[in-house]
Amino acid sequence: MAKTHVTMKVDGAEVEGLVEPRTLLVHFIRENLQLTGTHVGCETTHCGACTVDLDGMSVKSCTVFAVQADGSEITTIEGMANPDGSLSALQEGFRMMHGLQCGFCTPGMIMRAHRLLQENPSPTEQDIRMGMSGNLCRCTGYQNIIRAIQYAAAKLNNVEFKEAAE
Amino acid sequence: MNDMTPTREQRTAALEGMGCKRKRVEDIRFTQGKGNYVDDVKLPGMLHGDFVRSPHAHARVKAIKADEALKVPGVLAVITAETLKTVNLAWMPTLAGDVQMVLADGKVLFQNQEVAFVVATDRYAADDGINKVEVEYEPLPPLIDPFKAMDHNAPVLREDLADKTTGAHGPRKHHNHIFEWTVGDKDLTDAAFRKAEVTIKEMISYHRTHPSPLETCQCVCSFDKVKGELTIWGTFQAPHVIRTVVSLIAKLPEQKIHVIAPDIGGGFGNKVGAYPGYICAAVASIVTGKPVKWVEDRIENLTATSFARDYHMTTEVAATKEGKVTGLRVHVLADHGAFDACADPSKWPAGFFNIVTGSYDFPTAHLVVDGVYTNKAPGGVAYRCSFRVTEAAYCIERAMDILAQKLGMDPAELRLKNFIKPEQFPYHSALGWEYDSGDYHTAMRKMMETTDYAALRKEQASRRAAFKRGETREIMGLGVSFFTEIVGAGPSKNCDILGIAMFDSCEIRMHPTGAGIARMGTKSQGQGHETTWAQIIATEIGIPADNIQVEEGNTDTAPYGLGTYGSRSTPVAGAAIAMAARKIKAKAQMIAAYKLEVHEDDLEFDIDGFRVKGLPEKFMSMKDICWAAYNSVPPGMEPGLEAVSYYDPPNMTYPFGAYLCVMDIDVDTGVYKVRRFYALDDCGTRINPMIIEGQVHGGLTEAFAIAMGQEIRYDDTGNVVTGSFMDFFMPTAVETPHWETDFTVTPSPHHPIGAKGVGESPNVGGVPAFSNAVNDAFSFLGSTHIQMPHDFWRNWKAAKNLGAVA
Amino acid sequence: MIPGPFSYHRPASLADAVKLLADLGDDARPLAGGHSLVPMMKLRLATPAHLVDLHDVADLKGIRHYGSTIVIGAMTTQHELLVSGEIRQSLPILQEAAALIADPQVRYRGTIGGNVANGDPGNDMPALMMVLGANFRLSGPGGEREVAASEFYQGAYFTALEPGEILTSISIPVPPAGHGYAYEKLKRKVGDYATAAAAVVLTMAGGKVATCAIGLTNLHETPLLATDAANAVIGTSLDAATLKQAAAAAEAIMAPAADTRGPVEYRKHVGGIMVMRALQRAAGRAV
Repeated sequence: MAKTHVTMKVDGAEVEGLVEPRTLLVHFIRENLQLTGTHVGCETTHCGACTVDLDGMSVKSCTVFAVQADGSEITTIEGMANPDGSLSALQEGFRMMHGLQCGFCTPGMIMRAHRLLQENPSPTEQDIRMGMSGNLCRCTGYQNIIRAIQYAAAKLNNVEFKEAAE
Repeated sequence: MNDMTPTREQRTAALEGMGCKRKRVEDIRFTQGKGNYVDDVKLPGMLHGDFVRSPHAHARVKAIKADEALKVPGVLAVITAETLKTVNLAWMPTLAGDVQMVLADGKVLFQNQEVAFVVATDRYAADDGINKVEVEYEPLPPLIDPFKAMDHNAPVLREDLADKTTGAHGPRKHHNHIFEWTVGDKDLTDAAFRKAEVTIKEMISYHRTHPSPLETCQCVCSFDKVKGELTIWGTFQAPHVIRTVVSLIAKLPEQKIHVIAPDIGGGFGNKVGAYPGYICAAVASIVTGKPVKWVEDRIENLTATSFARDYHMTTEVAATKEGKVTGLRVHVLADHGAFDACADPSKWPAGFFNIVTGSYDFPTAHLVVDGVYTNKAPGGVAYRCSFRVTEAAYCIERAMDILAQKLGMDPAELRLKNFIKPEQFPYHSALGWEYDSGDYHTAMRKMMETTDYAALRKEQASRRAAFKRGETREIMGLGVSFFTEIVGAGPSKNCDILGIAMFDSCEIRMHPTGAGIARMGTKSQGQGHETTWAQIIATEIGIPADNIQVEEGNTDTAPYGLGTYGSRSTPVAGAAIAMAARKIKAKAQMIAAYKLEVHEDDLEFDIDGFRVKGLPEKFMSMKDICWAAYNSVPPGMEPGLEAVSYYDPPNMTYPFGAYLCVMDIDVDTGVYKVRRFYALDDCGTRINPMIIEGQVHGGLTEAFAIAMGQEIRYDDTGNVVTGSFMDFFMPTAVETPHWETDFTVTPSPHHPIGAKGVGESPNVGGVPAFSNAVNDAFSFLGSTHIQMPHDFWRNWKAAKNLGAVA
Repeated sequence: MIPGPFSYHRPASLADAVKLLADLGDDARPLAGGHSLVPMMKLRLATPAHLVDLHDVADLKGIRHYGSTIVIGAMTTQHELLVSGEIRQSLPILQEAAALIADPQVRYRGTIGGNVANGDPGNDMPALMMVLGANFRLSGPGGEREVAASEFYQGAYFTALEPGEILTSISIPVPPAGHGYAYEKLKRKVGDYATAAAAVVLTMAGGKVATCAIGLTNLHETPLLATDAANAVIGTSLDAATLKQAAAAAEAIMAPAADTRGPVEYRKHVGGIMVMRALQRAAGRAV
């Protein structure tokens, strides 16, 4: 099958590549760009481990073809740290609140939470549960993921984070 | 002392040792997408393998035609059982003493069984190839219902065993029978039932489910023809065992095999066993001379590698009319699928199911387990449990509720009446275990007080009355569960895998600057070993946890260990770590004595160094001792500061806990809502409370999923109807309840630091809590037992059967 | 789980898209959000030789108000529906339903056109379209035409779409101010299709139902308009007996398949419950 030339901006860098039309965006990111932080967990659009930010939307990159993202701007987990290399508020929140265990769902969680907080900077617990419902985690039971996002929201809003009472 | 001298509290805090909510070391890389999982391994010239799988549950394979597949661009080879026979690998041994086809040899025995392995330049070409392999099948009658497995006219599944009347665990009664395992005193138990004032009997099923970690099973195999060495990166919970197994079955010298388990995306028992994918990728690499990657997809994971449970437990309890239990009799029909690939210690065909007497003082008990073959996937792994302990806990915790109902007693009161008493520990159970320690009454009463159990029962009574008056369509259930786990496999007298005793190990090497590296035979899959193992060392030797690098998973560098599953890491490797650290400390003490010019006995350990008793200013820090170890050791002493410990535990550990689930069910739709879930865990000494809480949250979420709908379900033809995340219940943040956690601390008396293990407790104790809540909700309408899973439609069906829905 | 090979086309205009689809014939499939099609392709249950991606066709986007009608471009995503002030104002039931479709990530990609046009009986929007009296604008080699939602669905994955035709927009008459609405969807978890769902749009006058339409999702091989059930409630104040009568009338036309969501009798039963609950909630909202 003839290959197609694609260009996109990924984590701030202009990238290009030759892909088959059927090449899934997640494989382009992982194999061509060697950005392996984006994971594949289910391949059926359920688990959200492959979530990236595509032109301001959280998308599951296992269900988008790379050719569809031609000309787009993409952020992956590898582009989420602060410019000085320190952990961003969300990354720090996941660590401080023990929002991860095996780490496999974490990139997708952080990418989704990033867009959620862009759209809703002060979400309630219920907003977070709904907003994160496209991402599966097998380890944490979600409770500490919710705390992690609340921690990040507080930090980004410059307010003190009060840990939810047990 | 000047103001700059740190206080004792500050010195202790600086270590971040045991008891500290230390933030995880692993998270720095995981939160940045810099983990290194198996599918991230990319080697020059690497090929990809993918399976052709059977659409049939039972069929004869008449022909496999690969011609068209081999014409697909990028496809290099199609491996079949015939290919594997040339290297004597068409079948492989299982951990349970059976053999399993690597690729279909003459017939297929379950849907999605591996039939052929297509090797191609990339995963796209491999997928194209598998779609072009033509397989001719002759369907055979499938055997799906385990209760029909031993019918006289049941189809013969395992033709390879047809004339074998004895299996790995004794005589076989039928061509589909695997083993019978009996424990306990039959005569005494029968007598207890004859004399019993009250008895109950119920067939309690624990349905087939699957661990389904978010990362599937996968590997990269790379054979170096020149060196004759095979390197395998894989999702292995037990990398050392995998190396030994590969050496034994592939006849490669063990030193020429390098097994590396990098970061693992969850295991939950799924990644203990050896699967056909590993064998095929290794053979493909040997055949092609190139590295070969195999990555399972989710459907393959759910339908082919390692189911869990599928135990059907006919359970009888004898008791006095005052509610004192006098006997327990359990018969289990165990559906093992097409091959007995259960991941249990070798001598334990039903794992530790004989913990089924639970937390109760049964004077006598008798257990029989029959394992049978069916046309389902092999497995029988311990899905976040220690070898069939989940099944046992579910069995006894349901049975106690059923008995309470029959006696008209409160289920919590019945349990309190029958608990093993604190003074009875170490307690010898009727089915052969020695429980190390426990204080069940305290834990139960704390649960009842914290949740105001009595008030909840009152509320339930008034809501039941309202339901009967037609004022509400909701019913309320209280699910009590009090479990005792048995973890830390295990003592060499009880436990081995393929003859290797189930010890674990630790090697610590301190460097001159007061930093060190520690390696263990375990392998974290999310448990946070890099964080917690360093905490044990920090407290034991007084070096900050941050200065200890923890490494696991590389069989070339780590000492031999049996791996991480069955909540064994803390009880076994945790002990090895403490013992290795104590060896370091003992040598450090000699060095300090030499440097401080006193006798060793005149020194006492003080947080982060040694102090001369009675002379507080004469102190040598561990950091300085590390330097001295490489610089000025006592005459006759070898320089350096390192130690190795292989720990063979004297006994298992027995964590326990008291859980309560409060649930409301809408009888018109069967929709439930978990209003409250309280989990009190006693795992002995607590190394990192933050990580324990995380483990409990995760295990409870799995328990919730299993009890309320997570099921590997087959239709009558052997077709899996729940083979993707659409139908296999994986709760999201929306469905998952809020968890309340609590604890008591009853240290293990035989463990060096008193720790017992916690990872699996919430799964073990959680499932009966949910199921008891559902059953408790319906009990006033006249039901005694409703089978899991309790998904919406089944709840509605229960309500309908009980006349609560028109 | 890798899709078979295909050629990719990304026309910039509706005319080009229609021409491509006509020229390529049965080997081509239009690609909207792709969240139904791509998973089918990964399982090789769909193996189109050509995909015609509609994302660059500007004519297929946007939400516009023309008099008493709202016109929604087929490529409008569920997320765009959820954030649209126009939809919140005029067709709030669409937002209630869109929020129950799949999950947040899927809603950024999934389109209303794909949801109504692919004929999957599990999709949520078709029943709403029937209840709202929507018309679908179709464009194909033979030109443009309009088909009422109530005439569009012929069987599972069979619709009024002719070969080469695509759905370009949806026109929905704005329901009267003060109308009541509800979409009741029973599902096992986020991301699941409905075990049973009911859509209700009604108006009340003097405490009694004046007009009413009821739609059913995933209870038959096509979405259903439960006309008898709706007629049964008109003129009533939705007392308990009337609700039961409506549920029974709705259940009479349901023919769901048994699946992992439950057996037929359960799905029909909860279908009736969804109808009752949607009627009550809609009436509570009507002014």
